[in-house]
Amino acid sequence: MTLREIVKLLDAEVCVGEGRLDEEVTKAFASDLMSDVLTLKDTPILITGLCNVQTIRTCDMAGLEVAIIVRNKKPSEEMLELAEENDMTIIACPFSLFKACGLLYDAGLQPLY
Amino acid sequence: MHLEYTVVEGDFVNAGTASSSVKKTLKQLNVQPAVIKRVVVALYEAEVNAIAHAYGGKVLVDIESDKIKMTVADKGPGIPDIALAMQEGYSTARPEVRDMGFGAGMGLPNMQKNVDKMNVTSEVGVGTTVEMEVNFNA
Repeated sequence: MTLREIVKLLDAEVCVGEGRLDEEVTKAFASDLMSDVLTLKDTPILITGLCNVQTIRTCDMAGLEVAIIVRNKKPSEEMLELAEENDMTIIACPFSLFKACGLLYDAGLQPLY
Repeated sequence: MHLEYTVVEGDFVNAGTASSSVKKTLKQLNVQPAVIKRVVVALYEAEVNAIAHAYGGKVLVDIESDKIKMTVADKGPGIPDIALAMQEGYSTARPEVRDMGFGAGMGLPNMQKNVDKMNVTSEVGVGTTVEMEVNFNA
């Protein structure tokens, strides 16, 4: 599915990186623990409740280009600037991690394992 | 090419600036993306460790034609039992570190997995030095 479809399904808001919305994504990974994100070999979209600069840094180091921040958290200006600088897309979603993952799984997004 | 960065105790906002800068440099040098990822993931974990556990330190990076050598040297409490610290899940991190998405006892083992050579030396009450090497042509 495309990121645009994901944004609609999650009733979400694109904070930065609108240019990637028509790209197809197939895999997602959900974690609040950035250490786990840093062990991934693949580069899925990230669904996380961790909303701080380390979320963006971790994505940058792990080569992840899209992060969906759940639980109605608002990314800081600092986060968004860093995301923009690293050509990332940040999406803010009002739902819980469980609900966001459930909807995306049901819509066909695949887990890594 | 020699690069140096300073790590400041508790400065979580800037955790990753050294890794980010190294990533940009390696990209410019046309190093394979898979190798860059291994380098910067390991260096980032080491940076987070120095900020989380120590009183600051230095990141020294030497890029050669066929490999990168990284040293993260901190002044801090040191690691009394390195073998124990290398075990997945063993952590002494403060709640503040966990709030940043780290502190689950994954750092040192994940660094080991991503590099070709790693050496940890530590003196209790003085500090810890982590030396890592990644070859460009695997």
